[in-house]
Amino acid sequence: MEVRVANVRKEFDRFPALHDVSLDIKSGELIALLGPSGSGKTTLLRLIAGLERPTRGNIFFGDEDASHKSIQDRNVGFVFQHYALFRHMTVADNIGFGLKVRHGPSRPPAQEIRRRASELLDLVQLSGLEKRYPAQLSGGQRQRVALARAMAIEPKVLLLDEPFGALDAQVRRELRRWLREIHDATGHTTVFVTHDQEEALELADRVVVMSQGRIEQVGTADDIYDTPNSPFVYGFIGESSSLPVKVENGEIWLADRPIGLAAPNEPSGDATLYFRPHDVELLDGCSGCIAGTVAASRRVAGTRRVELEIGGERQRVEIELPVDHPAAHKSRVAFRPGRWKLFPAS
Amino acid sequence: MADPEIKSYEQHHESRSPAVTESRPAQAVLMAIVFAFLGIFLLLPLIIVFHEALAKGVSAYTQSLSDADTRSAIRLTLLVAAISVPLNIVFGISAAWAIAKFEFKGKAFLTTLIDLPFSVSPVISGLVYVLLFGAQGLLGGWLKAHGIVILFAVPGIVLATVFVTFPFVARELIPLMQEQGNGDEEAALSLGANGWQTFWYVTLPNVKWGLLYGVLLCNARAMGEFGAVSVVSGHIRGLTNTMPLHVEILYNEYNAVGAFAVASLLAGLALVTLVLKTLLEMRYGAEIAATRGH
Repeated sequence: MEVRVANVRKEFDRFPALHDVSLDIKSGELIALLGPSGSGKTTLLRLIAGLERPTRGNIFFGDEDASHKSIQDRNVGFVFQHYALFRHMTVADNIGFGLKVRHGPSRPPAQEIRRRASELLDLVQLSGLEKRYPAQLSGGQRQRVALARAMAIEPKVLLLDEPFGALDAQVRRELRRWLREIHDATGHTTVFVTHDQEEALELADRVVVMSQGRIEQVGTADDIYDTPNSPFVYGFIGESSSLPVKVENGEIWLADRPIGLAAPNEPSGDATLYFRPHDVELLDGCSGCIAGTVAASRRVAGTRRVELEIGGERQRVEIELPVDHPAAHKSRVAFRPGRWKLFPAS
Repeated sequence: MADPEIKSYEQHHESRSPAVTESRPAQAVLMAIVFAFLGIFLLLPLIIVFHEALAKGVSAYTQSLSDADTRSAIRLTLLVAAISVPLNIVFGISAAWAIAKFEFKGKAFLTTLIDLPFSVSPVISGLVYVLLFGAQGLLGGWLKAHGIVILFAVPGIVLATVFVTFPFVARELIPLMQEQGNGDEEAALSLGANGWQTFWYVTLPNVKWGLLYGVLLCNARAMGEFGAVSVVSGHIRGLTNTMPLHVEILYNEYNAVGAFAVASLLAGLALVTLVLKTLLEMRYGAEIAATRGH
């Protein structure tokens, strides 16, 4: 099922949580809504589910305008951040709940509901736990039951709010891979919210980066990481360093020196240069480069991260050096960014 | 896989560290004070009630309980409880639902209002109804013209009892529902349940222990209320006397056995309430803690 969010605005007590957001989700796609807290990602998910009504704009399921349909009529599977399992019901009853509350002929007989619950438990690899209560399950198991319960109603769209947020790192990684497998097997259109970029980039077909109630960028992991289209995305996804620079006649200047980067299409004036700390070319001499003195250095896994003080303003930037690089405290290092991007000075 | 909830539960039940444990003599003194207090103020009166009731033997006891007026008082008390407790269940659940799950103007005011019967003397509660429904009262003339009798009759007693027992169910449920939030209800709705199914299958089971507590306390108070009922009942023997009022009448007539026999029934009710509450806690303690803790 395709989902189209068209110019949706949402206000809570006059405070806008989403400004004019539009997003097309393709059928069968696995999409991540990624952003810091307060970016509006959960609000967008709840709007798609029908747990909130948009202040303006529409949400389409396929060609049908679902904006004013209730959550019951939208037929979405929603997995809540804290699972919201019914604690007084067994695992099987939890999973069968969505079928049990149906009316008339669409409601399967009790035996069929039990069979379906067992099937779904097999799918989420929890066979045999039918009679357990939620309190008797681990966090990861509850997560799986919540997913099985959401899938029991054969939803058109599967929505997950911070699905792995409450789990420890080991379980998270396991469940992440497992969710991908389930998605590939069942082919549900799936949207999940996360603040963990690693999770979003690894798991999703496309990532929607959000900030302050707006969508900053939509793209595959490669798009988002390699060509961020705003300072926010540069700063939020992966590591980044920035320097205030000037553009003059298509060349980039740092204070009074050109740094050997050409920007022929950029307008002259103040700008901010963004690059990745690991994507730099180290230079020996310095005619047309960025040079600074090492102010701090720390070992990060397989590399060394150093902080350089640059120029008279003592602007600090971070770059990565090989561990065997001889640079010590106060020594001078010259480099030029590999892949970089200019944004107008803020 | 580590489970933070189970862990915290276990920690909760570990014994306290030596640093915050009192010395043995201090413990002994504290416990002595508690037991002495309970013994003098609670246990002793209870024993006296039963002792006095049975002072002239079992037959005098049963005879005084089979007196026509006493029986009518018992019947009336049961009737009043049977009406006011369900009313307060409905009201308590509605109020708790409104306060815990919605945002609206005047919410703080409503919460305060629910506590009113606790802070107002029961006599005042009764007087309010006299001023409202009495012959000289605000609605007295209209009621009389339409032949509706509220004061000095069963409706007045029920109204006064409902008023006095107002807060029990609501107060028990509000913090519970606030703590549980809307998550489970949203989950039920997302699975296709309608409002009524959500309430019946999800909300109600989540608060059932709190509700049962509230109902037990509400019932005990409904049967035991004296002040407010005394003002509105008119003390008509065999008609508008509830058990507590009947106890007073019998006592004032120097019928000690009769008074204490009826009192023993009320005391027995209190004991049954306590035992039920304790049994519930023993049997379902873990589950009660779990539904509260989440």
